[in-house]
Amino acid sequence: MTNVKKNIDINRKASSSSWFNGLVWISSFLILFIFIGLILKLLWGSQQAFATFGIEFLTRAIWNPVTQQYGAVSAVLGTLVTSLIGIVIAIPLAFGSAYALSEIIPIRISRIVTPIIQLLAAVPSIIFGMWGFFFIVPLMARYVQPFLKHNFGHIPILSALFSGPPFGVGLFTGGLILAVMITPFIAAVMQNAFQNTPVLLKESAYSLGATKWEIMRYVTLAWSKKAVLGGIILGWGRALGETMAITFVIGNANKIGWSLFAPSNTISSLIALEFPESATGSLKMSSLMGLGVILMVISFLALFCSRYLLRQSERKLRGN
Amino acid sequence: MPLSYKNRFQRKTMLICCISLYIIMVNIAKAESLKTITGVGSSFAAPLYQAWASEVTKETHIQLNYQALGSSAGQNQVLAKTVHFGASDIPMTEQKRKNSNLMQFPTAMGGIVIVVHIPGIQSNQLQLTGSVLADIYSGKITKWNDPAIIALNKNQNLPDIDIAPIHRADGSGTTAVFTNYLSEQSADWKTNYGSNTSIDWPTGMGGKGNSSVASIVKNVEGSIGYIEYAYMLQSHLDAVKLKNKIGQFVAATPITFQNAANAANWDYDKGFNTNLIDVSGDQVWPIISATYVLVPIQEERTKDVIQFFNWGIQNGDKITIQLHYVSLPDSVKKKIISLWKDSNLTGQ
Repeated sequence: MTNVKKNIDINRKASSSSWFNGLVWISSFLILFIFIGLILKLLWGSQQAFATFGIEFLTRAIWNPVTQQYGAVSAVLGTLVTSLIGIVIAIPLAFGSAYALSEIIPIRISRIVTPIIQLLAAVPSIIFGMWGFFFIVPLMARYVQPFLKHNFGHIPILSALFSGPPFGVGLFTGGLILAVMITPFIAAVMQNAFQNTPVLLKESAYSLGATKWEIMRYVTLAWSKKAVLGGIILGWGRALGETMAITFVIGNANKIGWSLFAPSNTISSLIALEFPESATGSLKMSSLMGLGVILMVISFLALFCSRYLLRQSERKLRGN
Repeated sequence: MPLSYKNRFQRKTMLICCISLYIIMVNIAKAESLKTITGVGSSFAAPLYQAWASEVTKETHIQLNYQALGSSAGQNQVLAKTVHFGASDIPMTEQKRKNSNLMQFPTAMGGIVIVVHIPGIQSNQLQLTGSVLADIYSGKITKWNDPAIIALNKNQNLPDIDIAPIHRADGSGTTAVFTNYLSEQSADWKTNYGSNTSIDWPTGMGGKGNSSVASIVKNVEGSIGYIEYAYMLQSHLDAVKLKNKIGQFVAATPITFQNAANAANWDYDKGFNTNLIDVSGDQVWPIISATYVLVPIQEERTKDVIQFFNWGIQNGDKITIQLHYVSLPDSVKKKIISLWKDSNLTGQ
């Protein structure tokens, strides 16, 4: 009797666990299917643009709805340049604050500052956009660009970078806003990674007479390399896809040039602006879909590059 | 004892169930008597339709659900029959309308004004012509003290600063009307850039929506922009006088807009597809545009849509003017109403 009951219990357990198993399987595959469906839909939608313009869609800097001529270069360059400016500014800032908070600043203070940084990482991007539009843009237009033009305007290459009327918008302002947006994000990931380094390792290094910086350089960073790089790539990903904040400060002109202060555009911003006024089935809509494909490819490339770099560095570590 | 407790409990639940059922029934009945019409389209017309709707709902059983997704979305969705009406600032071509059996009529108009931010220049002090405006937006004139601008403004002290032309970055009916005006005024503009909801701007920077263009003009010294009249009032920007067809420099005011509406030649047969750009007449503002509604003629719910717009056109003028739109001339209203009658769309 008791044996039978036990059997039933086990059976019930097994069936409930298989039921749960199935649910987990389905949900993981659902994500895969949605992902594949999304890519197929984008490719299908962009077919017309690629068929009409061919490879020139990727190489021409034109966006003319009147003559129905579309090319992706200006938006792609805008996306890459702004996100690179953002990441170049953000990495030292994020590393500095993460290092300071986890190693240098007394724990009583860092306990207060850390949640604030995490809070900043969660601020909606539109807030940064408005702040950029009302604060950074006038600052750039009135002080920063005139200053740079006045002091570096006579040096050949720099003069090209700082040329143009002082709108205050453009690639540099966009990059700056992106940097402000992703710095807290990267800093939060880095700080987590630094704190997860085993204390034993650090203390043995101290006992050998290593300085704080040497420990950061050879122990903590070596230990947490993967997480740090992961955080940077995630931040870059956020910068690539950022739409609203950039729309406020990029200037929204489909032009390419050397100037960092000339109005420009990014892929996501262009899609957001043009989408509502594009007729379904039109070449314009298809070109916007094509831009979406390009943005996805760029994001994938970024992800694969980071994976590759990580694997290389791991191999090196193991080799040593 | 436990039984009576149970009974009491059951009675209580029964009572609660009955009350909630009653509330649900009443609400369903109410919802049935309210007829909701859905529309999608022009963001320019959205505040007007919403203001009309809040009055119409008080008097009739019609409720409006309007999504301001843009003129193209309005045309797309009414063609796909996902909405009861579409609203568009750009009239649909006759061919397209006939293929899908759609009726088109205007509901209101608006003026597009030119605003500037030049130190020392106040509202309506600067005078420009269409061709100079085209040269500014194409980057041929880059300074405010250019001889071409000084020739039109001999009494003004124009500073030596760069012109920053501001345009709409998002596709918009306002841009379509403005570039249409530039194309009519300058042959160069027509061949090089043309007119559309968004174009390949040769210079300047873009803002998203009227409000963004207005705040950029407010922020950037030396800028010039084109926006709907209401946004100029909201942002307290300085307007420009434009030269009209008969050679007068006119200021942008509700009166000059109304003059333009009255002077225009409305083509009843072509779905009121009228050229409102630079019409000839005394004290006429050159850049006004109408906003249109598209309805499928043979749909059942079209009668409700017509009832709504019938109210708006006949009784909505007060709201229309309050919100800084321009109401239709009486002759046009009469034509629209007779068009509805001919198609048996008015009355129940």
